[in-house]
Amino acid sequence: MSHATPAMKAPKTFGLLAEFGSPADVYHAAEKIRDAGYKKWDVHSPFPIHGIETAMGIGDSKLGWIAFFCACAGAFGGFSLQYWIHKHAYPLLIGGKPMVAYPAYVPVTFEPGILFTAFGCLLGMLVLNGLPRLYHPTFKSSNFKKFSDNGFFVSIESKDPRFNVESTRSFLQSIGARNIEVLED
Amino acid sequence: MILHRDDDPTKRPVLVESGDFHEVTQIISAPTETKFNLTWGILLLLSGSLLCLMLGLFGYLFWEGTGVWGVNVPVAWGWAIVNFVWWIGIGHAGTLISAILFLFRQRWRTAINRFSEAMTIFAVMCAGVFPAFHVGRVWVVYYIFPLPNQMSAWPNTRSPLFWDVFAVSTYFTVSVLFWYMGLIPDLATLRDRSVSKIRQMAYGIFALGWRGSARHWQNYERAYLILAAISTPLVLSVHSIVSFDFAVSKVPGWHTTIFPPYFVAGAVFSGFALVSTLLIIAREVFGLKQVVRLHHLDNMNKFMLLTGSLVGYAYAMELFIAWYSGSIYERFAFYHRALGDYWWAYASMVTCNVVIPQLFWFKKIRHSIPITFIITIFINIGMWFERFVIVITLHADFLPSSWGYYKPTWVDIWTYVGTFGLFGTFFLLFLKFLPQLAIAEVKGVMPEANPHHAHTAHH
Repeated sequence: MSHATPAMKAPKTFGLLAEFGSPADVYHAAEKIRDAGYKKWDVHSPFPIHGIETAMGIGDSKLGWIAFFCACAGAFGGFSLQYWIHKHAYPLLIGGKPMVAYPAYVPVTFEPGILFTAFGCLLGMLVLNGLPRLYHPTFKSSNFKKFSDNGFFVSIESKDPRFNVESTRSFLQSIGARNIEVLED
Repeated sequence: MILHRDDDPTKRPVLVESGDFHEVTQIISAPTETKFNLTWGILLLLSGSLLCLMLGLFGYLFWEGTGVWGVNVPVAWGWAIVNFVWWIGIGHAGTLISAILFLFRQRWRTAINRFSEAMTIFAVMCAGVFPAFHVGRVWVVYYIFPLPNQMSAWPNTRSPLFWDVFAVSTYFTVSVLFWYMGLIPDLATLRDRSVSKIRQMAYGIFALGWRGSARHWQNYERAYLILAAISTPLVLSVHSIVSFDFAVSKVPGWHTTIFPPYFVAGAVFSGFALVSTLLIIAREVFGLKQVVRLHHLDNMNKFMLLTGSLVGYAYAMELFIAWYSGSIYERFAFYHRALGDYWWAYASMVTCNVVIPQLFWFKKIRHSIPITFIITIFINIGMWFERFVIVITLHADFLPSSWGYYKPTWVDIWTYVGTFGLFGTFFLLFLKFLPQLAIAEVKGVMPEANPHHAHTAHH
């Protein structure tokens, strides 16, 4: 996060945390924050809010590409393993079947493809999200615990070029936020 | 993924009448936070004892050899494979409910998906122990995997038994990943609600620092969608491959092309039956009646009626093709199945799987919880007999001098009973320590979760 200036020692402001009343409120707030030109900010909710990515103006997930790459790697690996075993490593004649009996290779091509994709999805999701990360400045707020129950939050980071504690606070107030807190890094 | 919903309250997937997110959190977290539930304790004690019994019997088999089971030539597969196929079949509803119903946007799945995913994982564990010990020398069971070894020997990857190893182990792994992925946001909920340090640490570590970020949810939903999309062909492939263990052989009664779809239908059938059985018990014990509604059970009963009828069709078609093929071996195999030494198994199978589920045509029966419970038990028994009938076809093989009457030994019987202990122990631990329903998903399908809901409702 904050390896920018090693000289700084004093606790730095991470940003502002603000609460909203409902999925609809946070959705409309997100539209306004997007239109105000903020970039380093986030919405926190107990469940994914439909269409929030449009309201926030963030692009599409790259996860599909990771999954696709893993699927190809798994399937290729599965097929190659079988080809290598029968053609080179251990050519065992069974029932007069050809060594490269590719229709019989289908199951063990398909299954590793699926297996690798599944790992790609979970691990890819974690890598893209920067998880696991057991500590985060938002966790310092006791009010933030509600995010996993019925709370809807917006956090705006101080790294955002438009960020200013006072003006951002009053902007958040003007769009209906409550319980606005300053988060220390 | 948030599904498209309309705000008509009569069509709510509905879980909680008040439409309050906090109440959903409360209801679902409650079983993990209450001190001690006596019924749960007694059930755990019982399951734990059966688990010890199973471990003891596997220990005995380890010491003595596979001869303690009733398997012999020509019935070399016996109860071990019957139980394996039965348990793995049960494990199919989990992924079906999770993945296929998810892709078809069936919102009611949120009431049962976590539950059935857990059931899948534990059922596959129960299934796995049988072939592992059936190989004879369980201490070298790793030979089934293609691992480099000092003999430079490799498995024959053109064999259905090898495909089975890949199918079952992939299925288990993917099911675990899918389940865990769904759990991450809910573990964060339990972490944030915890009052003790230990709970907070335990749930916190597995929640991986989840903070409900919209940017994270976006990747999360995409990953979940892809997992659902790949699990659907996976679940169909797994039981198809299990059926290849039989269908690719040249044994009359096994060598049939109907096996893959017939096995898949049967697996879904038995899986739904066991989900129902367990759900009916759990909603009584843990007071989840507000969340698991009658119409969820009704939907599952309709699925059982459909798949039960498909299975019935498969039985009829097998008999027809055996006659129509004109092969005397094929005809004998089926004649002997239905009217031979094991006629009682065939009759039980048809009664439990084809006749009894037809009662689900009646709405009164679908809506009666005690009757549903009894029917699901019949289905579970019937599906066990189906696998028994198939495996036991071996007892009258090509050589009449080797024909005999296969009987299980006491070790066979009690090992099978013991696997219920394995299943029960894990399942009860799951019920107590993890959220039984997907908290985030249940909230996500409530009309109040729609960001455009407030306008239509309050203005």
